[in-house]
Amino acid sequence: MADKKNYGQIFSKGLVKENPVLRLVLGTCPTLAVTTAAVNGIGMGVAATVVLLGSNIVISLLRRVIPDRVRIPAYITIIAGFVTIVQMLVKAFAPAIDTALGIYLPLIVVNCIILARAEMFASKNTVLPSILDALGMGAGFTATLVLMGAIRELIGAGTVFSLPVTSAFMDPMLIAILPPGGFFVFGILVALANKLAKRAGKKPVRSLGCAGCPSAAACGQKECPSADGEEGGDVA
Amino acid sequence: MSQEITRVPKENVIVSSSPHLRHEDSTRGIMLDVLIALAPAAVAGIVLFGLRAAAVLAVTIVSALVCEWLCCKIRKIPNTLGDLSAVVTGLLLGMNLPVGLPLWMAAIGSGVAIVIVKQMFGGLGHNFANPAITGRIVLMVSFPTAMTTWVKPFDWMNKTDAVAAATPLAGSETTLRQLFLGLRGGCIGEVCAAALLVGGIYLLLRRVITPTAPLAFILTVGGMMWIFGENPLYQMMSGGLLLGAIFMATDYVTSPSGFKGQLIFGVGCGLITAVIRHFGSLPEGVSYSILLMNILTPYINRLTAPKPFGTVKEKKRKEAAGNAK
Repeated sequence: MADKKNYGQIFSKGLVKENPVLRLVLGTCPTLAVTTAAVNGIGMGVAATVVLLGSNIVISLLRRVIPDRVRIPAYITIIAGFVTIVQMLVKAFAPAIDTALGIYLPLIVVNCIILARAEMFASKNTVLPSILDALGMGAGFTATLVLMGAIRELIGAGTVFSLPVTSAFMDPMLIAILPPGGFFVFGILVALANKLAKRAGKKPVRSLGCAGCPSAAACGQKECPSADGEEGGDVA
Repeated sequence: MSQEITRVPKENVIVSSSPHLRHEDSTRGIMLDVLIALAPAAVAGIVLFGLRAAAVLAVTIVSALVCEWLCCKIRKIPNTLGDLSAVVTGLLLGMNLPVGLPLWMAAIGSGVAIVIVKQMFGGLGHNFANPAITGRIVLMVSFPTAMTTWVKPFDWMNKTDAVAAATPLAGSETTLRQLFLGLRGGCIGEVCAAALLVGGIYLLLRRVITPTAPLAFILTVGGMMWIFGENPLYQMMSGGLLLGAIFMATDYVTSPSGFKGQLIFGVGCGLITAVIRHFGSLPEGVSYSILLMNILTPYINRLTAPKPFGTVKEKKRKEAAGNAK
């Protein structure tokens, strides 16, 4: 799948085209939870990138050894090993970031991005492309988290990277650093990313259809109006 | 079929199955009626809280219009200022704000209501939540201190600095008569129960709203608070209950369209409000209850959809098919 020409693409697709958070909508839980400040975004992004790098390398090396039926438990075990290492390192050398990230640091174990890259990429590719994929996806993840963290910190606390910007002359809008603000900023960024991708001629990310919809049981419609067009359904 | 179903904006009705009854109402006409109905309470607010209240209302209306115009420009669609829905959103939001709120905060509230809640979901008729109520909640969560600093009525005549007064729900002593006339602290448009009732009666007479949801809402709150051992009349007239029940729980876009649905909607709003008022740490729960029920509205509509004439329920049809075999 990967000849030499494509190595650049494998790395760069994680940045915008297949940005894990904004285009693939993976790893939204840590994204929403930790982006209350820009510096948390860096912490979470780097930690997840290191784990992703390690797990992609090991899984790609073991891809012919791991039996298909138990691959998910095997991946989780490998990922958990790297998460433990990263968590201990962060606790030892950056206790402040450890406090800020809280439970979301150990929860990298079940981060969708890492598992998805293991399943979709590392288990089918050799080591070098897997490394590039991990770095690209990690960079995309980190960049998105920092961007979201900066926006939420600016609106919600009037600072960026703890440097005062607007906090001197106006009250910050607290909602931005509270959970609803996370969803607002996330939704707007996803909309912008889709708009940019659409302008570049890429198809918008489709929903998974009724199988992935939490309202499927109560809905009862045969075809989901929100899944089949860019206009969305007139559900309301 | 009840009449309000035919009152969707005309351009949305292209081809329709029966009934073919049409009503001559337009979005603009209905919005105008709502504005007329809101006027007494808005005027009462300005009389009670002074010109500063008029300034807040003006800022929310103007910024709502500016945001609407900008959104239409960006979306490259004909501007929808003429349907007056942005004016209604701005006025409703302003009436839901305390008089002392900094004006730039009021403008942000309008921006959130129009840009994020309404236009980002596709404009009027596509928003899943009431823009004014969501704008208020965003402000409430963002600026809790400024949004809960109340001023005593007629304070502006004394030319003293504003004295903070508690809303009756937070425990200050107010008589029922004072509540009815609006002589209490609170948001600009919510204090004068009499003026709100006049507006509500006007809307009922003009058949813009049906009484189902507001009555169910208000009576449920009264009944629940009576069960909790509080004065039901006092609870029914205080806070934003009348404003919310009459003008927001009846929003066409974000509340159910049939009698059964509106009943469920009103009772649900009432239960949530009563529970928040009695058990919650917030003094008022009207706005949260309406937002929560807004979110449930598509489900309520689906559950209470009227059965088209001549159709057989799925279960019965299967039984019939089984018998035939």
